[in-house]
Order: sequence, then structure tokens, then C-alpha cells
Amino acid sequence: MEHKRLTLFAGHYGSGKTNIAVNYALHLAAEGKKVCIADLDIVNPYFRTADSAEDLENAGVTLISPQFANSNVDLPALPAESYRLVQDKSIYGIMDIGGDDRGAYALGRFAPMILEEGNYRMAFVANCYRPLTRTPEDALEILKEIETACGLKFTCLVNNSNLGPETTPETILDSLDYIEKLSLLSGLPLWLHTAEASVAPALPETLKPVLPLRLQEKYFALPSQKPQNRPLWG
Amino acid sequence: MAERVLMKGNEAIAEAAIRAGCRHYFGYPITPQTEIAAYMAKKMPKIGGVFLQAESEIASINMVYGAAAAGMRVMTSSSSPGISLKAEGLSYIAGSDIPAFVVNVQRGGPGLGGIQPSQSDYFQATKGGGHGDYKMIVLAPASVQEMASLTIKGFNLADKYRMTAMILADGTIGQMMEPISFEDAEIETYEKPWALTGTNCERKHNVVNSLYLQPDELEKKNFERYERYKVIEQTEPMWEEYQMEDAELCVVAFGIASRVAKNAVAAARAEGIKVGLIRPITLWPFPTKALNAAADKVKGFISVELSMGQMIEDVRLATQCKRPVALCNRCGGMIPSPDEVLESIRKAQKGEF
Repeated sequence: MEHKRLTLFAGHYGSGKTNIAVNYALHLAAEGKKVCIADLDIVNPYFRTADSAEDLENAGVTLISPQFANSNVDLPALPAESYRLVQDKSIYGIMDIGGDDRGAYALGRFAPMILEEGNYRMAFVANCYRPLTRTPEDALEILKEIETACGLKFTCLVNNSNLGPETTPETILDSLDYIEKLSLLSGLPLWLHTAEASVAPALPETLKPVLPLRLQEKYFALPSQKPQNRPLWG
Repeated sequence: MAERVLMKGNEAIAEAAIRAGCRHYFGYPITPQTEIAAYMAKKMPKIGGVFLQAESEIASINMVYGAAAAGMRVMTSSSSPGISLKAEGLSYIAGSDIPAFVVNVQRGGPGLGGIQPSQSDYFQATKGGGHGDYKMIVLAPASVQEMASLTIKGFNLADKYRMTAMILADGTIGQMMEPISFEDAEIETYEKPWALTGTNCERKHNVVNSLYLQPDELEKKNFERYERYKVIEQTEPMWEEYQMEDAELCVVAFGIASRVAKNAVAAARAEGIKVGLIRPITLWPFPTKALNAAADKVKGFISVELSMGQMIEDVRLATQCKRPVALCNRCGGMIPSPDEVLESIRKAQKGEF
């Protein structure tokens, strides 16, 4: 897989941006790259990159996260260190952008620097099982709104179509028509499919590339839904 | 199989409300329920509905009052501090006997508190919140699927009894994502001859009002309203029983606390402790009969709550204090772990309440 110096993940809220950004950071770190990930989500204070702080630290990934992430301070402010991603060209930078156009406004201040360097990939994360991006047309509308909000154009798509714990290989295969249509409508190539790590091996080999995702186990599973190997409390 | 979609709890409420025929949403943003407003803002203009971000919570509840008086299916949503602001309007709506649908995705309190999940608005929802003698139907979902199904149920019940139905959820269920479907959506429709729809000069005009100039008239209204409440207490309680058949101990928990408690019950069963769980789905009307029947079988109860202990009072009342009731709780945005609940079950097993 070829990597750009900067990789930006944006999309509809709840499309899976944070999980993919974290897993991609770990993937790059595993290849021996010097990686820095910035949480630029100023919209949703609930689910964030900082939830994976321990995993990232163990892998040697630098995390830049709003000072008040995971606290009661609902303050839409970015830390000054965020500039490191665009200024320090010795690192591979990953930006986890907030959901929808509202979340993408924060990216706008970095857009001129990102464009000037010109070594970036901006991925639109799509899940066809999310109700507001159920059709390629709906997804395209949100894609365009994000581009307008942040002043950057997407360069590719990530197919993160999934139904959470109910995801099977068929769930992902059923999304292929959707993502192809979105690719056609947007003129953007598909970069990646994603699949939860236990589902990924069951996908056909023709489907590639696939980024296997390790997910946080902070899931309020009921006893009947719980896989045997999962601890009582994530 | 019905189509599956992956939704946040908050989105499930918004989509279910639209499917229930709600075309009027008035709100004011507050974490952790803002996705409801965001979803409505996106969807309502596309289906000929109204999304309006009011200038305040007080304005939005009064817009609900107005649209409900005109016979519309209408809703507002907020989180704890915002619901306090809406309390006056809730009382006026109750006093006017009109149906409304309100969502509280609770966060830690009191005061501005925090933004993390909580269940500490139980008293506010079930005992009043606003002034005067009134009740609201209070529904407590424990999954994203129930956020949807209880929303539809809430709209139906509100119209049926001409009163407010409230979803009392919490930040966790509002924010978490689960696959759901809308297959069993049964939309009931009710005639609204009282609604302010214009007379066309063909009938006497309707009045929607909570002001009574004569005290005896006001008293009569209150008596009538409470007769209606009695019917609801008899016919509408909903609850789930889990492993109660041979239970010697009973955990009582609603919403997100019930999911944690279920794991603890399963772990306790693995240790040989005969424990079950009753999960109230309606908090008002409270499943009094189910709890009272359980009190004749079990040796004690454990109320698991994300508050300093509010539902525990209703458990004691429902069981007529026949058995001891222990409290297992966290608050302020913290959630008890299954291990903490398990420890309370072990203690209760030893007779420590």
C-alpha cells in the first residue's frame, strides 16, 4: 500500500472515521513509520481518538488530542500542537476529522498548508448501512458539503460498510454496488475496504485492499450477544 | 428479514419519530442528544416537515405546545439541564390535556453537571418536574432498537391519553451504535376533535388552555385527569423479566444500567447464585404488580442506578417494604461495572443489604 505523508479521514458522523484513523495509524507504525495522529473532532465529545490512547502509545504513535477530550468540558478548541502535522515533514500525519460539514470546518485552517505541500490523501469514509448515507446520492451530498466546509477536495473513498457486531462477509459484499456507484458519481477511486479483524479473513481474495480493524471493546453487549473471548467489561 | 441499518440511539429516535408521523421538531442543541436535532435538520426539509432551532429550550417547548394544540404529532428533545428549562411548558401541556412527545437523553447533574451519561432525572420525569398535579408516561429504552420502538409507542400513547410521553434515555444509549430495523412499527392514529384546526364556521371553536377561573372547575379537571391516569396504571406498565423463574434475589435496573446488570446476573448465576432481573420499561406507570409479586418470592432486591438512588424509592413502595432493597449506584457520569453489581449481588446473597 502506498502512503502519502498526510492522510485525512472525513465523512458522515458515525461512519467509522475514528476507528479507521486509529487502525491506519497502527498499520503505518507497524511498517516502522514515524506516525502522529491528530484528533480534529470538535463536534462530538463522546467517542474519540483519545479512547485508544494506550494502544497508540504502545505502538509508538504520537497522539495529539484536544486538552479536554473525554472530560465534561464540551469545548470546541484544537490544541496548538495540531500544527505539527502540517509543519513537521519528517512524520506521517493522520487527521481524524469531525463528522459532516460541521466537523470539517476545523480542517479549513490547515487547508492552505496541506494544499501547498501537496502530499496528502483525503479519504471519504462511507457506510451504506448508515441511514443518512443509505444511497450513493445521499453520501455524495454529504461529501460535497464537507469539501465546501474545509476547502479541500477528497482524493479517494474508504468503504466501511458494516452493521457493527452483526457484520458478516455478505454484509460487506452487498455494499460493493453502492461503493462503485458512489465512486462513479464522485469521480473518486476506491482506496480501501475495511472489515473487523475477525471478519476480514473470510472475505474473498479478489476484494482488496482490505484494512482489518481492531475495535475498542467498550461495547454494552448483552450476555446473549457476547463472544466467548470478550471480557465482561471492555 | 427487514432491512438492517446501523444507527446511533439518538438517530433511531429521530427516524422513528418521522415514521410515527411527526413532522414538527422544535429544539435547542445540547450534548449528548444533539444528533436528534441534526438528523431532523437534515431530514425534515426533504419530507415537507418543520425543523426549527428555537432561541431557547423554553421557546421550543412552547412551540411544541402550540403545534400539539393544533393536533400535530410534534416533539422536542434535550438533555437534563434543558429539560429543567422545559418544565414549565410540560406542566402547561399537562394542564391543557394535549399530547406531546419529549426526549431526555440524560447527563450528570445537578446544575450544569457534566455531559456523561446519567439516570438522575428519574424523579424529575416520574414525579413531575413542573408544578401541579400531573404525570407523564415515561419510557426507558435499553437498546438502540428500543429507542426506535418506544418512540413509536410514545407517540401512540401520547395521542391515546392526550398527555406527554417522555423517552428517558441516557448519554450512552443516545450515542452508542447498534444495528436495528423498523419492521414492527405500528402507527396508531387517533381522532383529535379538540384540536385547534379552524372552525370553517361549521362548529363551536375549541379552546386549549390550562387556566381555570373557578377552583371547583379546576378541581374537577384534576379529578378527571387522575381517573385517566388510573387506567394507564392498570393497563400500560411494561417490563422485562430475566431469569426470574427460580430467583431468590432480584436486581431492578432500567436503561443502560440493566445491560450492565444482566452481565452481572449471568456472572452470579455462573457462581450458583439464584438471581434474576426485572427491568422496568415504563418508569411511569411503574411495574408495581410485577415487583410486588416478586417480593413474595425473593429474599431481597438490588436497585442498580446511575443516580444517588431514585428508582429505589419506587421499588420500596411497589414491594410495600416487604423485603430489603440494596442500592448499587454510580453517578456524575460514571457507570457501574458488572463486577460492582456482582459484588452487590454476592453481599445480598449473604443477607447484607
